[in-house]
Amino acid sequence: MARIVVDPVTRIEGHLRIEAQVDGGAVSDAWSSGTMFRGIELILRGRDPREAWIWAQRICGVCTTVHALTSVRAVEDALGVEVPENARIIRNIIAGTQHVQDHVIHFYHLHALDWVDVTLALKADPGKTSQLAESISDWPKSSKNYFKAIQDRLKALVASKQLSLFSSGYWGHPAYHLPPEANLLAVAHYLEALEFQREFIRIHAVLGGKNPHLQTYLVGGMATAMDPNEPQATINPERITFLSELASKAQEFVDKVYIPDVLAVASFYPDWFSRGENLGNFLSYGCFPQGSIKDPTRLFLPRGIIMNRDLSKVHPFDPANVTEYVTHSWYNYSDGDQKAKHPFEGETNPKYTGPKPPFEHLETEQKYSWLKSPRYQDQPMEVGPLSRMLVAYASGHQEVKDLVNAALGKLNAQPAALFSTLGRIAARAIEAQLLARHVSKWVDELGENLGHGDLRVHNGEKWDPDTWPREAKGFGFHEAPRGALAHWVQIEDKKIKNYQAVVPTTWNAGPRDANGKRGAYETSLLKTPIADPERPLEVLRTIHSFDPCLACAVHVVDARGRRYRVLKAS
Amino acid sequence: MLQGQSFTGALQSRGVNRRRFIKFCSAMVATLALPPRYLAQVASALEKAKKPVLVWLQFQDCAGNSESMLRSSHPTVAEAVLDLLSWEYHELVMAGAGHQAEAALERVVREEKGKFIAVAEGAIPLADGGVYCTVGGKTALEIARHVCSNAAATIAAGACAWDGGLVRANPNPTGAVGIEEAVPQAKVINLGGCPQNPANTAAVLVHYLTFGELPAVDQYNRPLFAYGRIIHDQCERRAHYDAGRFTQEWGDEGHRKGWCLYKMGCKGPQATFNCPSVRWNDGTSWPVKAGHGCLGCASHRFWDTRSPFYDRLPNVPGFGVDVTAGQIGLGVTAAVAAGTVVHGIASAVRDRMRTRAAAIQPPPAKPKAKE
Repeated sequence: MARIVVDPVTRIEGHLRIEAQVDGGAVSDAWSSGTMFRGIELILRGRDPREAWIWAQRICGVCTTVHALTSVRAVEDALGVEVPENARIIRNIIAGTQHVQDHVIHFYHLHALDWVDVTLALKADPGKTSQLAESISDWPKSSKNYFKAIQDRLKALVASKQLSLFSSGYWGHPAYHLPPEANLLAVAHYLEALEFQREFIRIHAVLGGKNPHLQTYLVGGMATAMDPNEPQATINPERITFLSELASKAQEFVDKVYIPDVLAVASFYPDWFSRGENLGNFLSYGCFPQGSIKDPTRLFLPRGIIMNRDLSKVHPFDPANVTEYVTHSWYNYSDGDQKAKHPFEGETNPKYTGPKPPFEHLETEQKYSWLKSPRYQDQPMEVGPLSRMLVAYASGHQEVKDLVNAALGKLNAQPAALFSTLGRIAARAIEAQLLARHVSKWVDELGENLGHGDLRVHNGEKWDPDTWPREAKGFGFHEAPRGALAHWVQIEDKKIKNYQAVVPTTWNAGPRDANGKRGAYETSLLKTPIADPERPLEVLRTIHSFDPCLACAVHVVDARGRRYRVLKAS
Repeated sequence: MLQGQSFTGALQSRGVNRRRFIKFCSAMVATLALPPRYLAQVASALEKAKKPVLVWLQFQDCAGNSESMLRSSHPTVAEAVLDLLSWEYHELVMAGAGHQAEAALERVVREEKGKFIAVAEGAIPLADGGVYCTVGGKTALEIARHVCSNAAATIAAGACAWDGGLVRANPNPTGAVGIEEAVPQAKVINLGGCPQNPANTAAVLVHYLTFGELPAVDQYNRPLFAYGRIIHDQCERRAHYDAGRFTQEWGDEGHRKGWCLYKMGCKGPQATFNCPSVRWNDGTSWPVKAGHGCLGCASHRFWDTRSPFYDRLPNVPGFGVDVTAGQIGLGVTAAVAAGTVVHGIASAVRDRMRTRAAAIQPPPAKPKAKE
């Protein structure tokens, strides 16, 4: 029996700590803890709602832009503003680009090293690596010399004894199963993906001024002026062409590199199609509006809930059923910590009761995380690409069904295999494939509007705060790369009165609730075999399959506006 | 291959030729605003340099500065991480986790004491014994003190690491501060911005590798090459401001024609940064080019001093409290308020300030590090 602590969990955004109990070579219990807290929603109070998105975007710099988008939608919902069609399309292009970018980075730079032993790539035969590459894809960078050069670079790195980011990996762990050639192929694509993400994200630079932290949202639309005849307009025919080129290249990279690599890696780890199983409850708010955001039937990726792995029924989603517990979180509710609260009644008084740092273990019987525990109708939910793809699949979304069936066919697997660690990885890749296609289509739509002289990007009816009601409240949603994201805003006298974000990683990584029900991370780790408790690679595999984002997950609002005691460090 | 392989050797081993290397050096010389004659010096220093060790620390952050670094184009992140430096700790991207990650950091502090470079991202919470940010059970403050005070230099990357940034914005729920304030004994250079621009971070690293010291800085310990000029003076929309052509409403004719965004709340006249010249994402764009006003994100405590972001200057709390120097700010902001053309005056004042700011920095920068 051993207590494993992984802190910091690396290759994630933010500060996550996992403690796990290991009995008889497998995880018997697990606790997930967010160890950082900033209080952004508290900082938002009293500020101009039109700029809430600028602040909220800084909730996260990895899933940059998703909080900005969700925030403008919450304020637009509160004020009753509809955005022009061009703004809707531009937002879809930006958000779709973010998904593809984020999924590629996740697979290659945050997750691959759990499956790929970089040191084994040194033993690969470059000729056989070339044959392997050509057997799974017609991607042009596949010659023997190309892989030889990559291997030489790796050899030079090892010989220098300065291994940089690779210095502390679990190399040689018995759970690594890829042949040397597959490892070399993956290392090559790790480097190519670094180049890809840098190039592709220039879509955000064109439409947002920069990435991370785009700067062109407006309540009511976008600040990206369109004009077919003005070289200084943000969007003109030359820029449309540039966006199109970047989107096509992304499609090619996803189709010819990312998808074949995921399928190839997965084929060597069949056990992981039955590990990392989870709650079986999947939630998607739906996203990428094809018409008014108010019409949930016109979302490109559908909204809905799947319960108990039953793909024959998609339940409707109602935001009124979302609540949060703080029973095991370092906050107090004014009427006791046993009852959950809806975000509009959201109240958070940070109250750290954990061990005094430096500490060895958390007090997991008590409170142990800065994350709250969101629930839907009192049930824990998994959110993320897997939830979106399952809800779309079960809703009869033909394009998703075709892509999912094609991937399952190549892996010779059934849909039930998706309820797993590898299922999450496959769903993410399939979603990237789907959205890369649609970013191209949305760029075309925008180009057509530009050609037709439809240049509206902003609805200024409610820009002037004097046009607002004295009180208003709104709900904004999006499906971020990591899952269901929503912001709740209350406005009073032209200022933010209350702000609450319930984010994907809080759904997945939150601690137990008042009923002792575990969230997605804690459940998914149960029964995971651990070969070496000193090097818990298997824990990382399942946790990384969710793509954790902890900066997003920790938040606070204090309904009473109390200021906290600030001590000076000695 | 030999231990301590050189940068060009490493580049060449992967098929990057000398032409590309010189191109990279040229980009660095340009970003640093050095005269072209320094190209040879930069190139030769990098050729000789053994790979110095770098650790990247994340505290109360959003990882936006790490992501920004991933978008670096000169050098690319692969070159920076594998060839130019040995990047031995960075939670966002490193292979190791948990104890192994902690051990990697500890090894650097022990074996490279006084020689390694630290980059810090995010604020440090001081309230309530530092419980608002722990890594491996240790507080951010404990880690920052241990690592930064043993580093040759610490780069505070982004607004939060510089001055506490958004985390410190009113009411500062966690008692957050920047690195310099948290660890006064550390040698810190501040790269404000939300996020930092990777071109500037790379340039600071190259300057350090070339000259063995940090570049000349202003009174906020920000490098002059990046923070010495007012955005308004470098802005591509400046001619429209001078001619009185303003965007009046989002999406109007002026907005479509690229007219000045001053009336839409742009803080460019009150902000210093090289954003308009180095731009972002391989020089593709910057916020004003994309159609939205500047937030002044490289200004001191900008979240509180430059907001409300849609209010027109001078109707923001930071008006008249300039980012690099009171004198510059008063000159420019008074002129902006009067709606007159000021770039000549501002440049003259700025040049005086640059000289003075550089002169008061301990230790004084080498003359060649200035322009």
